[in-house]
Amino acid sequence: MPYIPHTDRERKAILKEIGVSSLEDLIGSIPASLREPKTAVSPALSELEVQKRIQFLGLKNLAVSDVLSFLGAGSYDHYIPPAVQEVAARQEFSTAYTPYQPEASQGTLQVIFEYQSLMAELMGLSASNASHYDGATSLAEAVIVALKHTDRKKILIARSLHPHYREVIGTYLNGSPCHIETFGFARGGDFDREDFEKKLTPEVAGVVFQTPNFLGIVEDLSGIADRVHANGSLMILSGHPLSYALYRPPGEWGADIAAGEGQPLGMPVSFGGPYLGYFVTTQALLRKIPGRIAGATEDADGKRAFCLTLQAREQHIRRERAASNICSNQALCALTACAYMTFLGKQGILEVAELNFDRASYLRERISKLGGFEVDLTAPIFNEFRVKSRKPFPQIEKRLMEGGIFPGVALEPFYPELKDEFLVCATETKTREELDRFVEALSRC
Amino acid sequence: MLISRDDRLSFEKSSPGRRGVILPREKFSRAEPPAALRRQSPPLFPEMSELDIVRHFLNLSRKNFSVDTHFYPLGSCTMKYNPKINEWVARQEKFAGLHPLQPDGTVQGMMELLWDLEESLKSITGMDRFTLQPAAGAHGELTGIMLVRAYHESRGDAKRTKVLVPDSSHGTNPATASLVGYRVVEVKSDARGRIDLESFKSVLDDHVACLMLTNPNTLGVFDENILEIAKLVHSHGGLLYYDGANLNPLLGIARPGDMGFDVVHVNLHKTFSTPHGGGGPGSGPVGVKRHLIPFLPYPLVEKKGDRYGWAEKSKTSIGRVKAFYGNIGVILRAWAYLKVLGKEGLLRVSEGAILNANYLRLKLRDVFPVAVEGPCLHEFVLTLKHAAARGVHAGDVGKRLLDFGFHAPTVHFPLVVSEALMIEPTETESRETLDLFVEAMKRIASEIETEPEKVRNAPYTLPVRRPNDVLAARKPLLTYRDLLREKTVAAETAA
Repeated sequence: MPYIPHTDRERKAILKEIGVSSLEDLIGSIPASLREPKTAVSPALSELEVQKRIQFLGLKNLAVSDVLSFLGAGSYDHYIPPAVQEVAARQEFSTAYTPYQPEASQGTLQVIFEYQSLMAELMGLSASNASHYDGATSLAEAVIVALKHTDRKKILIARSLHPHYREVIGTYLNGSPCHIETFGFARGGDFDREDFEKKLTPEVAGVVFQTPNFLGIVEDLSGIADRVHANGSLMILSGHPLSYALYRPPGEWGADIAAGEGQPLGMPVSFGGPYLGYFVTTQALLRKIPGRIAGATEDADGKRAFCLTLQAREQHIRRERAASNICSNQALCALTACAYMTFLGKQGILEVAELNFDRASYLRERISKLGGFEVDLTAPIFNEFRVKSRKPFPQIEKRLMEGGIFPGVALEPFYPELKDEFLVCATETKTREELDRFVEALSRC
Repeated sequence: MLISRDDRLSFEKSSPGRRGVILPREKFSRAEPPAALRRQSPPLFPEMSELDIVRHFLNLSRKNFSVDTHFYPLGSCTMKYNPKINEWVARQEKFAGLHPLQPDGTVQGMMELLWDLEESLKSITGMDRFTLQPAAGAHGELTGIMLVRAYHESRGDAKRTKVLVPDSSHGTNPATASLVGYRVVEVKSDARGRIDLESFKSVLDDHVACLMLTNPNTLGVFDENILEIAKLVHSHGGLLYYDGANLNPLLGIARPGDMGFDVVHVNLHKTFSTPHGGGGPGSGPVGVKRHLIPFLPYPLVEKKGDRYGWAEKSKTSIGRVKAFYGNIGVILRAWAYLKVLGKEGLLRVSEGAILNANYLRLKLRDVFPVAVEGPCLHEFVLTLKHAAARGVHAGDVGKRLLDFGFHAPTVHFPLVVSEALMIEPTETESRETLDLFVEAMKRIASEIETEPEKVRNAPYTLPVRRPNDVLAARKPLLTYRDLLREKTVAAETAA
């Protein structure tokens, strides 16, 4: 039998040792009316047949490597150094359990500690958890921290925050006495300062911005932290983590919590998961962090050691009074991100961010010269920007897809007023030839 | 020296100017980011060569126990073998390389696979529809309890304010119910960890939104009163939630759906063999009976003829619980596992899990008392109450086991047993491995009698021994920068 070592002979011997004649004697507590359920799963395949089957199913998919893809919008195709994949594929990491036994888990624990260190550095903040499920859920937890911390009932969210994240925050707060208010964005895509000021009322617990925002704009958040803090609220920032090597990170804007999506740090697009929720904050909020945290300490012989810490916040200790219900997180994704950031190192992380900016800027300049499309050349961007098509976007998309190009993500489904606008993403993976080919194809639309 | 004694962080191996990756050099544009928005001070990242980084991580990997290197009899965690075909499947570029916002027409193979896995999960659990979105068991619980709330609200039933949770439950159950805004009411267990019917009836009224239950329970005992319990809950208008952490002994044997559960979560990283990853990513699909389908999170895959698409959003849906569709990489692995098992294999998995647990239980019951006599399903609990008199606790036995090359069982859980050691061998372990584990337990039992301090101070063969967690919590050092600051303070104090 697959993956079960017992032969028929051994099975009988075990039954005999147990002192029963069949399995039935061991499951007598299960009511007879429940037995022999109508479980209808397909017959067993050999591993070879499973390989054939997945390859056959794969033929019905077009992977981003089969085409020229400019899709972003919360899931980014970046170069993943092969060494990162090799390290993350080590089964000593992937088949290990949660490091509750520190002596048997120093590898995982030190990796988490290094991940927390790198993440805190990247975000310009001082404390990180060991990971959360994804950007959306991490942000939802950040919002809950703000509500509890301030004991207030309102959350103010930028409409330019990833629409999925806004929805998930809504799901998490549904049924609670708390409510969400959104502030809009100006025509250029940057947040509407006036609308924000108007809605920053004394009952606001926290304010959520995304930078670069969903429309690709790098926000100028000068003076915002002072306003938010003077109001007694927390400032929560989300955004593409690689952008923070080049642009001001959450800490430099005075944010209290950075919570968002870490997928760009070495994880494939993978149809939306598994990804990595990052949750990084200040010293002041240390004991409010949801989820696992690793800390450095000494062992009984005075040696450096790592262990999970501040566990009194967690569900397995505190049960219904826990800070969050989270148990499993995305540890292996955190390991991947840790390896990615380590391989890139101090220079590489900045270089890769600059390459993203360069590719997107080049593409935007070239598209600006095309007659059928409009872009805003003055908007500060990282690796994504808005394009407005004079022709209906679905038509453009269809034409380009026939030529093996995914032109970008339509914005109208998310923002009805942005008709025929789409979000184009160009990362460091794009060559000049590929960018030119895209421009050429657009020019023919 | 097989295991490196080097405990330096990557940061402490850094040398200015070294690099681990070679990136494209050519710039295509003359654009510059606005100076006012640029980062002011660079992040303190290590600078290392590729080889030094590879060695760093590989040497760290050797400081871990893992299923691929050690037996992990960890109760309620189902640390079974993670077949390598699963890894192969998950790595396929035709799946790992799909962007979540691609047009449906370009991801038909992916959607067919999601549909196929959902069909299997429905059949295995006896439920009518699944969402694959939740990222972990606790995330599934959160989704499930939100569904319960949405169901009651849709009926205008606002009086339901409490969720019943047995005192033997996993900690996530009460934490979840309280996160959704319910008052948690604990239900007493009897000596076998089953719901104490009298205590249960005394708290059951029409304020109960749902009962969260793990069956078999955390003592490895199937609650034979389940049908009566379900009837009682339903007759008071409440719902039943099934915590799927302990589903491993029930595949092809009995289904939560038939027991009367309305909502179920399963842990793909337990029963369905996907690796635990050192704490994740998992996947916690949630299945419901027909009456709860309208409340499921979107998007859901729908089959129309030969084509697959995303179903239209239900107006009563609780909403999205995660960006995109779920931990797809994990889902791919579970799909491959189920394909290899097939119907016959499912039954053999559960049979193997039950046989191994009972074999170990009988071999160990003369070594340490078992908390519950009689057959168990996939796991059982030993109690070290008697050893406490010699100053040895369940946790100490767990630590000593590490010296013998076995991961510790789950210790000090469930809370209803004092000095508990909770043991789940799973079906993938051979009898020889189980026998070696029994030998180690016997040795430890005799050490408790003759040299208890040896057990109290274990382990002796691992890179570290008993990290001081009290110190770690009192003075949190969570980053490299914290360590640097600490060093400076120490130097100043010394000066």
